[in-house]
Amino acid sequence: MTGRQLRTWGIAFQGIVAREVLRFIHQRERFLGALVRPLVWLFVFAAGFRAALGIAIIPPYETYIPYEVYIVPGLIGMIQLFNGMQGSLSMVYDREMGSMRILLTSPLPRAFLLVARLLGGVVVSVLQVAAFLLIVRLYGIDLPAWAPLTVLPALLLNGLMLGALGMVLASTIRQLENFAGVMNFVVFPLFFLSSALYPLYRMEEAGPLLWWLCSLNPFTHGVELIRFALYGRIDGLALAVVTGATLLFAALAVRGYSPARGMGSRAPSAAG
Amino acid sequence: MTVPALEVEGLRHGYGGNRLALEDVGFRVMPGAFTCLLGPNGAGKSTLFALATGLLRPADGRVRIHGHDIVQAPGKALAELGVVFQQPTLDLDLTVLQNLRYFAALHGIGRREADRRIETELTRLSLFERRGEKLRALNGGHRRRVEIARALLHRPTLLLLDEPTVGLDIPARRTLIRHVHALCAEDGIAVLWATHLIDEIDPVTDHVVVLHRGRVRASGPVATVNAETGCATVAESFDRLTAARPAAVEAAA
Repeated sequence: MTGRQLRTWGIAFQGIVAREVLRFIHQRERFLGALVRPLVWLFVFAAGFRAALGIAIIPPYETYIPYEVYIVPGLIGMIQLFNGMQGSLSMVYDREMGSMRILLTSPLPRAFLLVARLLGGVVVSVLQVAAFLLIVRLYGIDLPAWAPLTVLPALLLNGLMLGALGMVLASTIRQLENFAGVMNFVVFPLFFLSSALYPLYRMEEAGPLLWWLCSLNPFTHGVELIRFALYGRIDGLALAVVTGATLLFAALAVRGYSPARGMGSRAPSAAG
Repeated sequence: MTVPALEVEGLRHGYGGNRLALEDVGFRVMPGAFTCLLGPNGAGKSTLFALATGLLRPADGRVRIHGHDIVQAPGKALAELGVVFQQPTLDLDLTVLQNLRYFAALHGIGRREADRRIETELTRLSLFERRGEKLRALNGGHRRRVEIARALLHRPTLLLLDEPTVGLDIPARRTLIRHVHALCAEDGIAVLWATHLIDEIDPVTDHVVVLHRGRVRASGPVATVNAETGCATVAESFDRLTAARPAAVEAAA
């Protein structure tokens, strides 16, 4: 690749990411929604369940921790999960509204354009997490001072995995109206069958099937990757699973993405 | 020999089942020519645009833009191409400037050069003063003008416009048609303008490609097409070649 090509790709990449960030900034309700959801869980759910859900000493924690501390990585994961699904919704919307065509008629390779779009979504999710961590700190939850920095690579990887998953879903959804199914059949199972709200040993106590489901859930590993990264540590298994799932989802997303989807059904009228 | 700005050859495409949206479609658009792709609703114009922009892959046939095959060399072909789709494709939540900068970035144009070109194109369309407004605040005619400015930012040599006057009032339509004709005459850009409105054709200067039920019924300068059909006007030719075509001729075609 020549220097000129590299510069062209760099400019395009910046443009795509900037557009995602601008759209996010312009949509204030989306920003508020992204923050309110985990904060309700933190202020209401975690406060209410503090007494009921005791947490044993498990890595990466070196002592007993309040439930609010345990739930923070799960809520960060929740922000990224919803952002990934929002990205998928936005992609279906862009496809229906036609703005995806502008992206895909750029002379740059389609795989690059889709991955850049994916990374744009990840940047947005990192901004949301940064705002959340700031509130968490103001609320008095104790996290290492360097946690916002050490967690960054984990956020990027987890955001990529969930964004790519969202893109795979966008490839399979024919119309915007079908998107509600994603919430019921993807987001809720991924979130509740994970270690976001309760440690896996609790699930094992509840039953082996639940434990297996949670252990196989890539979102569990995303949450654990974040949990360890907040304390400057790496969970090897989580890193391997999240990396593998990211590559798999991204490959499926790029391969499965068809700009013609949604066009075929409208073809008779749009066929002009 | 001049390389055609757009060369469509034996193009065939279907959406599943037995129905073919396009069948053996072929025509050329030469540099600097304003060519109207004329066809009633459902003729296959938008399908042709999707194939010409690489959004769909043809079942058979070729599309070449300045000699570059859209399937085999999409990067080179798309670099020469500006498109205004029938469906508006601007981001309503962003400003005019942000929309245009985004598009310029997709073509690898740096910020300084992009801003310079944006100023030129918006000034040409009397929209520079409104660059800071969100698209949502602009009316349909102005949005269309922004789309045209956007399509010209990377200096394409071929401009495809799919029914760009849909939803516009008569003055806005006239302004748009005049502007695009000027682009052909002054900048030498080749234009393929899809429409089903006969009055958008200039019978003196324009070329036409009449598309009906997925097939090209006639193509060439308006006078040539009229001579072939034995009609006095392009409207009569269109009627004869499409809806009002006698059944016997239809069957023989």
